[in-house]
Amino acid sequence: MNLNELREHLCATYPDLCPLFSVEFGDGVMQVASSGLHSAAADMKALGFDMLGMVTAVDFGEDFELIYRLRSREMRVGMIVRTRVPRGNPSVASVTDLWPAANWHEREVYDLFGITFEGHPDLRRILLPDDWVGHPLRKDYEDPGVIRRPDYL
Amino acid sequence: MAGIDDVAKALERVPGGGIILTSIDAIADWSRGYSLWMMPMGTACCAMELIAASFSKFDFDRHGSIPRPDPRHTDVMVVAGTITHKMAPSVKRLWEQMPDPKWCIAMGNCAISGGIFYYDTYSVVRGVDEFLPVDVYIAGCPPRPEALQDAILRLREKVRAESVSPGRARTIESILPLPSDAPRGSGGDAE
Repeated sequence: MNLNELREHLCATYPDLCPLFSVEFGDGVMQVASSGLHSAAADMKALGFDMLGMVTAVDFGEDFELIYRLRSREMRVGMIVRTRVPRGNPSVASVTDLWPAANWHEREVYDLFGITFEGHPDLRRILLPDDWVGHPLRKDYEDPGVIRRPDYL
Repeated sequence: MAGIDDVAKALERVPGGGIILTSIDAIADWSRGYSLWMMPMGTACCAMELIAASFSKFDFDRHGSIPRPDPRHTDVMVVAGTITHKMAPSVKRLWEQMPDPKWCIAMGNCAISGGIFYYDTYSVVRGVDEFLPVDVYIAGCPPRPEALQDAILRLREKVRAESVSPGRARTIESILPLPSDAPRGSGGDAE
């Protein structure tokens, strides 16, 4: 299935999600509001996207962008679901009930970005020690233990 | 082999008899130096070189160095790779599980100083010697197995020089080249 067929398939099945769909970098992209993320993800799973390959985030300053990379083994096509959460209240519904693979990915995003996932069964740090302070992949993270590279190197 | 010659010096033949006499500490120090079993603490790409060292191409079994999966079987911990703050307590715990006497080799730049992760990194311990007593450092990113072999042989000389019985430390003839033995200007040094 190519991306045009995917677009037709999506628009026939979920007309309300159709305007959110675009194509970037050879993948289908679904840009949704954070409140509608879980229902959109459930629709994507019902559409046939049975694999969750990756959950990650980007710090854009005022808000964080969450990126979920899905793949359908049957249709052989990829889909990226993106949403933005505000920096003041970085919280979004967990998708661990849809794809169990999301468990550790969401823990990693929580560990490094401080985004909480509502409904996650075991939301605690995964890469850093449990007593770590702060979330290092935030742009405003400051750690006095980090040695900055001098200009001449 | 200088090692065998040293043992021959330590042995004392009794004239006319079919027995040999030696002191317990001489034979213990000799055997201890030739069976340095490794605790392979491989966490990054240096571990690939460490694994290659054990297999047939380099075959560290000929030095008496074999990797053991249990820290209670081992004499020398080879820290091969980047140690993060999360991993450091586990490394320390494995080190404490090793029975005395024990030694430590820091293999690669990450284990020496943090290496490429020295600057601008929040998660990496800057050198395993912040919490382990390192005996031999091997520079490289990663070092070749030959460099690890050099480290094992240097550690062997250190082990054999310090005796199991207090006050019986001995000097041994080194078979390994010293840095001062290298011809000047041969290693790309700017003259």
